Amino acid sequence: MAMTPLKSLRARDSALASTREQVRRLESTPGLPRFDGTLAGAGLHPLRATGITVFQINVGKLCNQTCRHCHVDAGPDRAEMMSRGTAEQCMSALARTDIPTVDITGGAPELNPVFRYLVEESVRLGRRVMDRCNLSVLLLPSQADLAGFLARHRVEVVASLPSLVQTQIDAQRGAGVFEKSLEALRRLNALGYGKPGSGLVLTLVTNPVGAFLPPAQEAQERQFRERLARVHGIVFNALYTITNMPISRFLEFLLETGNYEGYMQRLVEAFNPAAADGVMCRYTLSVGWDGRLYDCDFNQMLDLPIGGGAPNHIRDFDPGHLMTRRIVTGNHCYGCTAGAGSSCGGSTT
Amino acid sequence: MDTYYHPKDLGHFADMGKANPALWEKFMAYYGAVFAEGALTEREKALIALAVAHAVQCPYCIDAYTQASLEKGSNIEEMTEAVHVACAIRGGASLVHGVQMRNVATKLSM
Repeated sequence: MAMTPLKSLRARDSALASTREQVRRLESTPGLPRFDGTLAGAGLHPLRATGITVFQINVGKLCNQTCRHCHVDAGPDRAEMMSRGTAEQCMSALARTDIPTVDITGGAPELNPVFRYLVEESVRLGRRVMDRCNLSVLLLPSQADLAGFLARHRVEVVASLPSLVQTQIDAQRGAGVFEKSLEALRRLNALGYGKPGSGLVLTLVTNPVGAFLPPAQEAQERQFRERLARVHGIVFNALYTITNMPISRFLEFLLETGNYEGYMQRLVEAFNPAAADGVMCRYTLSVGWDGRLYDCDFNQMLDLPIGGGAPNHIRDFDPGHLMTRRIVTGNHCYGCTAGAGSSCGGSTT
Repeated sequence: MDTYYHPKDLGHFADMGKANPALWEKFMAYYGAVFAEGALTEREKALIALAVAHAVQCPYCIDAYTQASLEKGSNIEEMTEAVHVACAIRGGASLVHGVQMRNVATKLSM
């Protein structure tokens, strides 16, 4: 479907720019069993953290793309950005732990001046660093040295490539993004990313281009590996499949196209207790651009901060409380528990 | 509006087991085994099913295997080609019967 360039929900004054309105719709959907009840039926309620192995930092909503499914409502018209002071608080907190992985996301996180500070400091602390990259950012004139910076710091690039078809990628991510994505992948390959023995890890992330569940991760990886190598000469290390979360702009898409109830029903029917047991919020701490703490990036985008009385700002970071905290859940969580499960690290079963 | 086909009826497919559970269970066990990963991938099997659904013109099957094909990782280009395969075979099946027509016409004609 041809799409006109989008603006964020916020810029359009959409009712869905209100996270309260999103939560209201999700929690009052007729016929939708409450997620907490479904969890209880699987013997998993209340859901608790099992530790923290991923320190995920969302540095803000600024992005050079305005994707139709974005759960962040990010875009060029969003100005919320993590400050240097908050970034330093993040690194101070990280240094007090042995959390092995730092996962930096946005928006396009690379557009925030604190991105490179976070990478350098995390590497200095000996942590594995992941950059959630939209690929096209690597082609911006202002980011001409970005790929080299990532390679020098051995940053794992986790790159969005939802499809192998130009019309699908451009419909979801904006006109011309398919070709830009391939060009960015070629540049990363040229630096050694995705190449055996280089130690430079290139992971692709795919999400469905519409209101349906993702394929089995292994099957999708085989298909992408064969096609990207054969048609485009592009290689990568691994592929994650992620389910589209029914919030923000994807929620808008579902509602506008009459797919909302069918999609939610599909998620509920595909509820998988094993996926629920392994959801990422149990081992992730999510830090917002303003330093507030959340169980995951999705809760962050719904303004659902961590609960249970634990300090909820990075300046008050208290790993003791956070390691076993009770996870805040809602009907949007069906997105992470459907089928083979979904997380920032792909399927969970 | 009344119609012979109701989209929601697909969700009641299992009602066909009510009057004869044994046959239904055998059919479903067979059905599940057919679509499991084998020499062909689940994705390839879903594409075949999509093409057959068009050949037999079953709206329930088209609905189900369009969704299944997308969820198995096929894209609209591949799915469109699958439908063309069904179309070509259906058209070809008509055309090849023209040989029978020609045989009969040849026999009857001077």
